[in-house]
Order: sequence, then structure tokens, then C-alpha cells
Amino acid sequence: MALAAPAAQPSGPPLAAPPRETTASWPLADRVGYWLCWATGVGLCLIAGSIVLVMFVKGVSSLRLSLFVQSPAPSLHQSQAGGFLDPIVGTLIVTAIGIAIAAPMGVALATWLSEYRRPAWLARAVESAIEMIAGVPSVVLAIFGLLLFAHGFFGFLSQSASNGTVTGQSFLVAGVIMALLAVPLVAGATGEALAQLPARTREASYALGKTRATTIRRVLLPSILPGIASGVVLGMGRIIGDTAIITILLGATLKNEPVGELPILGTLRGTGSTLTSYVYNNSPAGEGNAPQKAYAAAFVLLMIVLALNALVTRLTGPRARRTDTRPRIWRLLPAGWASWSR
Amino acid sequence: MGVVEPLMPPPVRRIDVDRDPYIAPARQAPNGVALASRPGVETHTSSRVRERMAIESVWLAYGENWVVRDVSLPVRRGEVLALIGASGSGKTTLLRSLNRLTEITAGAGRSGRITLDGQEIHEIEVTELRRRVSMVFQQPNPFPMSIFENVAYALREGPSRRRRARRSQLEGEVRDALRRAGLHDEVADDLDRSALALSGGQQQRLCIARALAAEPEVLLLDEPCSALDPISTAVIEELIVGLRESVAVVIVTHNLQQAQRVADHVAFMHLGELVEYGSSEQIFQTPIQQRTRDYVSGAFG
Repeated sequence: MALAAPAAQPSGPPLAAPPRETTASWPLADRVGYWLCWATGVGLCLIAGSIVLVMFVKGVSSLRLSLFVQSPAPSLHQSQAGGFLDPIVGTLIVTAIGIAIAAPMGVALATWLSEYRRPAWLARAVESAIEMIAGVPSVVLAIFGLLLFAHGFFGFLSQSASNGTVTGQSFLVAGVIMALLAVPLVAGATGEALAQLPARTREASYALGKTRATTIRRVLLPSILPGIASGVVLGMGRIIGDTAIITILLGATLKNEPVGELPILGTLRGTGSTLTSYVYNNSPAGEGNAPQKAYAAAFVLLMIVLALNALVTRLTGPRARRTDTRPRIWRLLPAGWASWSR
Repeated sequence: MGVVEPLMPPPVRRIDVDRDPYIAPARQAPNGVALASRPGVETHTSSRVRERMAIESVWLAYGENWVVRDVSLPVRRGEVLALIGASGSGKTTLLRSLNRLTEITAGAGRSGRITLDGQEIHEIEVTELRRRVSMVFQQPNPFPMSIFENVAYALREGPSRRRRARRSQLEGEVRDALRRAGLHDEVADDLDRSALALSGGQQQRLCIARALAAEPEVLLLDEPCSALDPISTAVIEELIVGLRESVAVVIVTHNLQQAQRVADHVAFMHLGELVEYGSSEQIFQTPIQQRTRDYVSGAFG
């Protein structure tokens, strides 16, 4: 207790602040390097800020509520060209299909790589394969997908003409190839989270007589849900932002064109567009030539991606005083909504 | 590490130039009267003491490295066996081999026999063995779940009906385990609190409760108090002494005072070999081997 006295004493000698560090004493090369780094950082902030600002100004000024509820229409005048309801729906469908495939695949891959990895050569091969897929340009994946899915065997995924030719273009096909974009991100985030779990967590479970599989299912995966979630969100961002696969495998048509009579399956087998292809087509570079709508759609796209990034930051942020036992993403829901004890 | 460290760290003082520097009190003679061991150690050769596990000429290796050489020891219910020795003496490896936890390290190998109630442990299914021979680790390692789920997890095994048991079906057993670990009174109101919100000492007692929940026959403790403060340590030591009635307890410890306080029998290991095994009193008061004498008097370690 006697220790606390010096800090609390009101009448002590005046406290001197430590002198500020300056670069004056540094060698010239260090000073130049330091200021270059500083300027780069500031420059990047300015660029990021201006992207958001420009898209905000351009986008908001051309944004109408009606754009969200109208389908695109072929017209020479922007005022009659409709809205981007179909592209928004298209983005949602492609993202949902892609992530529905990529999330379980990525988690499974990462879990096997981190917890089993036998035989070792196969584990190394799998890792190289993930890295390779992560590095392939999406347009190459798209062309590959077109070659693959235009095969008659996969006709059920898209449309086939009466002579048996398969288009190889549909929401299903685009979603499957999009999943390849997201798998490395999900697997990476999951693997990273598993690697960060201390070995003693696993040992504790093994020491209770649990098998490896039980340990993974009941302890490891629940513990890393925030990590998995951030991988999933990153993967969604990647899917939402891709244009090449949409142009080649979804047709990037004006509207979503269902095939046949079946309500949902028909749409999934049909072609369509997403926000990215809509922006491209309506930009001055595309054929639609409706730049106002392109700006508005680009703004919506930017907002979606920024919201997803913010979500990642929240999910992976510092684990300040974890007293809520539920996985981070569930904590958005009220307590007691789903308890661990079932 | 000395034998008779002051129980509490010396009080920290402000450095005062005019005053003489603070000097910690001199250490007491290791074999002096200060070494009061827990009374009644010898009475535990009663009929309640029963051999559960036998370690017979066990050698353990990681790859090319022999870390335990030709060790034989009995593990009995009704008493606490302490493994002491310097770092690298193989005591933790020996402990972990008792529930085959060494096997999760690649390249681990064993020769010799370890039996549980006469049955070689390699012949017991590993998950069953680990439920019967449970373990508590050096660092408290609760799962990132609620207090209730931490204990219930140990109970969820066997047929799927039990694995999916509802909370009400497990609550009694969970509370029993928490009581045995002396934690129940502190957490009874809110079993749904995160286990990570507990203090270090509470977390370790939760780990003990978790280890006890499945009614093990042998409890292995790997330096269970090394990450805890003196008060939590005292609580857990008392708990260990109480547990020996129902389970065979093996504890690895670096803390010689702790070994004296809790153990009935002590095995001193050095560089993988068992140097001396005997009652706690004998090892600490009248060690036979020179190396034991040096170690318990603080000459090395």
C-alpha cells in the first residue's frame, strides 16, 4: 500500500514530459525513407477517400428509389431504361450459390490440412492447389468453366438448344466457378484461426477421451466461428466484385432470363446480370451508355463491399473482454436465442 | 528453485537512498524444523489404499531421444503420488504416457508395460482409457464455452441419446462435479457465464471439475498450480488431498513444498531416470541417494 503514494501525491516535483522524438538526428537516407513512407500512407488515404467521395456524389445524385424496384429495359433514353432490380437479385443469387459451395469446402479443406494432413505429400499438394486457384485470374477460371459446363453432360445446369448444344451459361454455372474464387479465402481464414488456437485446447479435449472428430466439431470449429465468418465475408466480397466470370458464364444479359417453367430452378438455369456487369454495360465503355445508372449502381456496389469489410473488422477485431460465450456473429442476436446447451 | 522460498514475495519498497537497501530474509536450513510435512502420511498404508496402475520398466522416447529410462512405479488409489525433478527429467512425459497423451506427438514411442487394473493400456480403447485416466494441465485450458458446457462436454459420450442429452438431464452431474472441485458455490447462480470470464484459479478448478465429471479412476495433474497465485494454490492443494479418497492422484510439480504438502509418496526423477521413490517424509527428511539430497536441499534444479 505504501507503494501507491508517489503517484497520488498532489504536491510533488513538476513532472517533465519526455522530449519529443524528431528525425533531425537521423541520417538523410532514413529521413527521406521515413517521409516517403508517410507520404505514401497519406496519398493512399486521399485516393480511398476520393473514390468514396466521387462515387457518393455521382451515385447519390443519380440514385432513385425506383431504380431498386424496376427491371432494366432496352431503351435509347436513360429515363426509360428502367432500374437495376435484376442485377441486384442476380448479385444475391450468384453470391449465395458461390458461398454456399465455398464455405463448407473451404472449412473442410482447412480443417483437414490443419488437423489431419495425412499423407503429407497429399497435404502439400492440396496447399499448392489452393494457392494455384487463388492465383488464377478469374477470366481464366471463367473460360475454363465455359469449356467444362458447355459439355453435354452438364446440360442440366444451363440451357441446351434443340440440337443438343449446351450454352454453359447460367446462375448455377457462374455460382460454381465463383465458389473457386472464394474457397482460398475461406480456407485461408479458417486455417489461420485453427493455427492460432493453442495446442492445449486440443489436448484438453483429447484428455477427456474425445476423438479428433468430436474435438473438431464440438470445440475447435465453434471456437473459430469468428475466423470462419470473416473468411466467408471476404469470399462474398470477392464474388460480388468479379466481372469476368459474370460476363462469360452468366451472359451479362439485360434481364434475368429464366429457362422453362419451373419458378426458381428456371431462373437458376437461366442467364442474367449482376451489379458489376450492369455497371460495365451502362458505363460509357459499355453498350448501354447510361452513365448515370452506372454511377448509381457502382455506388450501391461500393456500399455493399464497404459494409462487408466493416463486418470483417468487427468479427476479427480485438477480443475485448469476452464474457458472452456465443460465437461473435450470434452475439448480434439477443441472449438466450440459441444456447450452447440446446 | 530453492526449498524454502519465502511464502510471499518480499514487500516492494521505494528506493530510498538514505536507507539501507532491503535484504530478503536469509533462507532457512533445508533440513531444519521449518520443513513441517503434512501429518499422518504413514497412516495411508491402510486397506483403503489399492493399486490401480502399474508402471513397469517403462522407457519413453521422442524419435531418437530417450526421455524416460526404465521407470517402475505404482499408482494407488487412496494416496497422492508426486513426481518431482528438474526440468527435462521426463516427469511430464511419464505422466502423459499414463493416458497415452504422448501419442499425439509424432515419433513418440514406448517400451515396457503400463497397466490399469492389470490390463495393458495399449489394449484399452484410447477414448475409454482417457475417460478413466483423466488429466489437468499446467495452464488452465477451459473451452471458450459456458461453465456448464465445459463440464457437460466431458459427460457427452457414448450412445447418441446421452450425447444429445438435454441440459436438465446433465445438470445434476455437472453440479456434482463442480462441487467436488470446490467451485460450485462460486458459480452456482450463473452456470451460463463464459468460462473465460473466471479467474485463473477458478478456471483451473473448472478444469478439475471437467476432469472429474466422467468419474475417472486416476487423475493426472501436470503442475496444476504453476500458473496460479498462492491462495488459489492452497485451495487446489486442499482439493487434491481430499480427492485421493476416491481417485488415484498423480501430480507433477516443480514446487517441492507443494509435493511435501500434498503427496503421500514421492518419486524423484533426474534425466529420465527414477532416482528415488519413497514416502514423502523419507524423500524430504532422509533421502538415501546423494542426488535426491542435493535436489531437495536446493543444490540444483
